[in-house]
Amino acid sequence: MNSLFRLRLGATALTLTALLLGTAACGGTTRDNAGGSQASGAANPDAPIKEGLKIAFLPKQVNNPYFTTADNGGKEAVTEVKGEFKEVGPSEASASSQVSYINTLSQQGMDVIVTSANDPNAICGALNQAKAAGAKIVTFDSDTKPECRQVFVNQVTAQGIAENQVKLISEQIGGEGEIAILSATANATNQNAWIALMKEELKKPEYGKVKLVTVAYGNDDDQKSFQEMQGLLQAYPNLKGVISPTTVGVAAAARYLSGSQYKGKVKLTGLGTPNQMREYVKDGTVDAFALWNPADLGYLAAYAGAALASGQISGAEGDRFTAGRLGEFTVGKDGVVVLGPPTVFDKSNIDKFNF
Amino acid sequence: MSRTDTSVADRPTGVPSPAASRSGRGLTERLLAVRELSLLLALGALILVTTLYNDRFLGSQSIKDLLLGCAILVILAAGQTLVIVTRNVDLSVGSILGLVAFATGELFLAAPGTPWPVALVTGVVLGAVCGAVNGGLIAVAKVPALVITLGTLYAFRGVDYYWAAGQQINAADMPRSFLRLGNQTLFGVPVLFLVALVVVAVAGFYLRSYRSGRELYAIGSEPAAARLSGIPVGRRVFAVFVASGALAGLAGVLYAARFGTLDAAAGTGLELQVVAAAVVGGVAIFGGSGSVYGAALGAVLLTTIGSSLAVLRIDPFWQQAVVGALILAAIGLDRVLAIRTAARLRGRSAHVA
Repeated sequence: MNSLFRLRLGATALTLTALLLGTAACGGTTRDNAGGSQASGAANPDAPIKEGLKIAFLPKQVNNPYFTTADNGGKEAVTEVKGEFKEVGPSEASASSQVSYINTLSQQGMDVIVTSANDPNAICGALNQAKAAGAKIVTFDSDTKPECRQVFVNQVTAQGIAENQVKLISEQIGGEGEIAILSATANATNQNAWIALMKEELKKPEYGKVKLVTVAYGNDDDQKSFQEMQGLLQAYPNLKGVISPTTVGVAAAARYLSGSQYKGKVKLTGLGTPNQMREYVKDGTVDAFALWNPADLGYLAAYAGAALASGQISGAEGDRFTAGRLGEFTVGKDGVVVLGPPTVFDKSNIDKFNF
Repeated sequence: MSRTDTSVADRPTGVPSPAASRSGRGLTERLLAVRELSLLLALGALILVTTLYNDRFLGSQSIKDLLLGCAILVILAAGQTLVIVTRNVDLSVGSILGLVAFATGELFLAAPGTPWPVALVTGVVLGAVCGAVNGGLIAVAKVPALVITLGTLYAFRGVDYYWAAGQQINAADMPRSFLRLGNQTLFGVPVLFLVALVVVAVAGFYLRSYRSGRELYAIGSEPAAARLSGIPVGRRVFAVFVASGALAGLAGVLYAARFGTLDAAAGTGLELQVVAAAVVGGVAIFGGSGSVYGAALGAVLLTTIGSSLAVLRIDPFWQQAVVGALILAAIGLDRVLAIRTAARLRGRSAHVA
């Protein structure tokens, strides 16, 4: 009964959306023109940040601690620019789940929608409609196709991650031996881009003795990551190290190693949060791992959105804006803004972070 | 695993129907034993093939991993068997597990010095309360358990999401003694697996040897007839949901100890694995037949499939399809056996008459 009710509610909402969008399109000639001229017009770097901007965060998934931290960073920034912050999102990170949220946000007349895409294509239509309705679109963490948004705030470049991860594991295994990668899902965009670049990075002469034997997929699920980690260690007896560039995977792998005969013998690094990895760094399972600060990422994304909505930047290459405490940023090719190199956490600094 | 093996041989299991039990008790017993035997054979074949491919699959670390990996599913499958035998189903176990796991973490955050037995008892009680909500709703609304527990699946998860509000609990937030429970071994066997064995033994003994346990089969075979023969159907069904909830609560506490990292999504989708384990283990989805031992073996088999696919390095795109095919094969085999049993029982009773 519950699901039936939801279905009907959903259908009503869809019809309403369609109606509203229909009317907007009919009477919206002037609006469209305004939008068009604004996009083509050059940005004014001296324009002040407008007050009262309505900025909405739509993460891949609510109740995911990573995105909660990122959205809190966003909230901090929105408060600084005296805007109105809102956070909505699906509880499951599936490809199409974000579409209805985007439609609702654009109906509510948001000035900026900051989102992390579950799928590079699935939400494009909805984002383009939102853009036509006057909203500025900023993606963070996980991008859509470039034409569907104005600015993408990238945590680090994929290149930066690949370099960092390969360097960390190579240092830990003494520059020689077999390694494996424990990823999230087999079709995750960012994971696959990083893995491809790690393979390139490993071709460099200084990593000549490091051999990548396989890539396993733990589907960002504790149990599955556990099993995959076990499988890796059994299938490759000479394995010296594992890179797990996903927060769920690296924690599950560390938990497995800490209770197994491989503790300390097989090295593990990856992308994880200091809170979840603290125990394993202190008990000697993990030497060092890395991550950007998700709060900074959300903070920067919110400032990029505010700068867009205030006309400071248009998303063109070379536009510059200031993001509060993080300082000045320049928009790169394809509207990409890069937060910076990842932070490496080890025994010496892990207690200084709490996220 | 050898303990489960020996217990299969000398123990009668579920009763398919009152009529069948009267006419061919010995035969039924044998066939049901065969049912569990076929599970053991499948498990043996799987382990053999994987070991031939990679002999480390039978190493001590690997066996420890296998036992550890199946413990939580075994506990849930035991609880689910009690429910399915009465021709009901409990789809909310994944959500109860998630809620209790998070509650356990919160308990340690709020009172860092809590000894782990207290956490264990708290978790079981919270799980039982959730189970009582299920049982109460089913009794009051007189709606099939499938619908009610589908609703509470979302409701309990919703409470979990609301409570967690995006917060994550990490290994460092929980006491070492509690986390050790998740990894520790006793004579080389993981403690978690020993807990699961005790649960299975107790539930199996209850179903076999207690009057109320036998009544659960009667309810599942034909609820109306059970009611007419004076069995308190409503009370028994309520009790099995409380038991299933309590076991899901126990599993939740153990989940927290095992994985150490908890957010509101813990255990999402687990209910389908649990039902699959019970069905693969020969528990008839329409009630009245099946044993806790079979369901436990089903859970062990499913977990071992997952582990061996990882060792065999099967392409991840194929893994789920392989698991699905194996479930269908197990159910197919089960169906063929059931049809044969029915045919043989018919033949025999005709003969006798």
